[in-house]
Amino acid sequence: METLIEILEELQPEIDYETCTDLIDAHRLDSLSILSLIAELEDEFDISIPTVEIAPKNFNSAKAMWELITRLQEEDE
Amino acid sequence: MSSYFTPLYFVCFLPIVAIVYSLVPKKVRPYILLGSSYAFFWMLSGKLLVYLLLSTASIHHFGLWLDKIQTEKKAAVKLLPRPERKPLKKKFDNRQNAVLVLAVLLHIGLLLVLKYTPFFTTNLNNLLAHFNIEFDLTVKRFMIPIGISFYTFQAVAYMTDVRRGVIKADTSLPRLALFMSFFPQIMEGPIVRYTDTAESLFEGRKIDYTNFVFGVERIAYGLMKKIVVADRLNEFVKEVFDNYQKYDGGIIAIVAIAYTCQLYMDFSGAMDVVIGSAEIFGVRLPENFRQPFFSKSISDFWSRWHVTLGTWFKDYIFYPLSLSSGLKKLTTFCRKHLGNHFGPLIAGTIALFCVWLSNGLWHGSAWMYIFFGMYHFVLIVLANIFEPAFKKAAEVLHIDRNNGPYVLFRIVKTTALVVIGELFFRAHGLAEGLKMCKKIFTEFSFAGIRDGAIAKAGLDSCDIVIVLVVVAIVFAIGILREKGINVRENLSKRNIVIRWIVLLVLIFIVIIFGAYGAGYTPVEPMYADF
Repeated sequence: METLIEILEELQPEIDYETCTDLIDAHRLDSLSILSLIAELEDEFDISIPTVEIAPKNFNSAKAMWELITRLQEEDE
Repeated sequence: MSSYFTPLYFVCFLPIVAIVYSLVPKKVRPYILLGSSYAFFWMLSGKLLVYLLLSTASIHHFGLWLDKIQTEKKAAVKLLPRPERKPLKKKFDNRQNAVLVLAVLLHIGLLLVLKYTPFFTTNLNNLLAHFNIEFDLTVKRFMIPIGISFYTFQAVAYMTDVRRGVIKADTSLPRLALFMSFFPQIMEGPIVRYTDTAESLFEGRKIDYTNFVFGVERIAYGLMKKIVVADRLNEFVKEVFDNYQKYDGGIIAIVAIAYTCQLYMDFSGAMDVVIGSAEIFGVRLPENFRQPFFSKSISDFWSRWHVTLGTWFKDYIFYPLSLSSGLKKLTTFCRKHLGNHFGPLIAGTIALFCVWLSNGLWHGSAWMYIFFGMYHFVLIVLANIFEPAFKKAAEVLHIDRNNGPYVLFRIVKTTALVVIGELFFRAHGLAEGLKMCKKIFTEFSFAGIRDGAIAKAGLDSCDIVIVLVVVAIVFAIGILREKGINVRENLSKRNIVIRWIVLLVLIFIVIIFGAYGAGYTPVEPMYADF
């Protein structure tokens, strides 16, 4: 989770990722940030994020993203 | 019957379908909807119904094929120890991808052949003539079934979602057929996903009082927008666009605004009729408009205008392309060298170019539609490039980007850019669009307005008052929606007398102030030939 927060802070430092739960709904992360984020997450966590998973429910908070990452890692095993 | 704006639809077709639907047993109801949908399609496109039937049979087959490979994959993978599973998974994934590509090529290919053959052959002939090559291809024109772009996009979304594992392939052919053909949405959308409507359409829900009144209210509201405003503006818009040389820049600017208003009232009015018709049968269709004229940027506008087309492009073109392995590597590389903002911009822009080229071609097979797409592409890319500069400038100048006047400035700026785009969309060709646009900036004058040119062009002061009153009503409802107030929910909680008075007032506005009968030409829905 710490690595994820570091990646996010590098992307948009002004957001408090510990508490924010509307990153997509409130347009805090736009589609270009999502492109960066996905490339970074796939590299860092050795996962492949399918297009179908790019939905607000998976990216609205750091917690939701972490759940997605762990789920994809489990599925990939 | 030529559309759902004809009296035949309201007085005969819809009531008869609703009555028969209510009288038959629950199990039979979906088949009444399916039969009515095919009858509706037949009335609009005749024997071209065969294209829809073939598309439906095809996606049924491809869906089951994709599912079969998925089932085989799961069974085969289970038999292997974990470390050896990856290559096998990949093998099955490749097979599924090949089936999906074949299915998409068949559907999009047919759409391209039917809709774009004249455009491509004419341009190819021009190109060959340019290089003095004596070879002239015959420009073949095909009959196009109603709503082919809409149901083809639904078909592609369905098959892609089965491939992605979002949905299971539907084993029921009638359910899939109803999802593809549901009569209210076949002409102008919205483009629905299988998960949006397939189940509820096939449930055969009872027509209850709440859904009925909600549906009729929504239909009446849509008719008011279309028949009172859009059709009333038609004569004026047609006259000035047909004879723009006669008018000064002031009139051209007004007609550009009037056309944007006409298009919005026509298309969003149609969506109200569509969504209201479906609501009567207890089916909730996705909204296609979210107050587009409150947008603060062009990309914001396109997330509020024709919403289901925008999300389709995002889900099935933008993300799959920008996250393809090649572009993903490009994003990672650029991010290391250009930073967080400009890093994803190149890959994103390449994907965005494909989206807007498709968007332009979706709207028509002519260069001006491609220009229309490219116009919005350039505006969005420029906004993406300069976003950090705007942010910095606002900080330096101590401007709060969320304060009222600044937000208002952004809304006005976005609306002006949209109006210019729509001017090109309506003009008789790209060259005419450019000339009209030039007139606004070089020959702007109030002389035409003072001389009564608007009335002479078909919009007298009485028309203007009626249009402005209805626009004010729609605008006021838009403000309430922007504030998160659901006007219809609030209305439903009111006394039944008030509710019925509102409904009757809407109906009487349409009957009394509708632009139909002597002096008006019937106007087909503007978004129907897609």
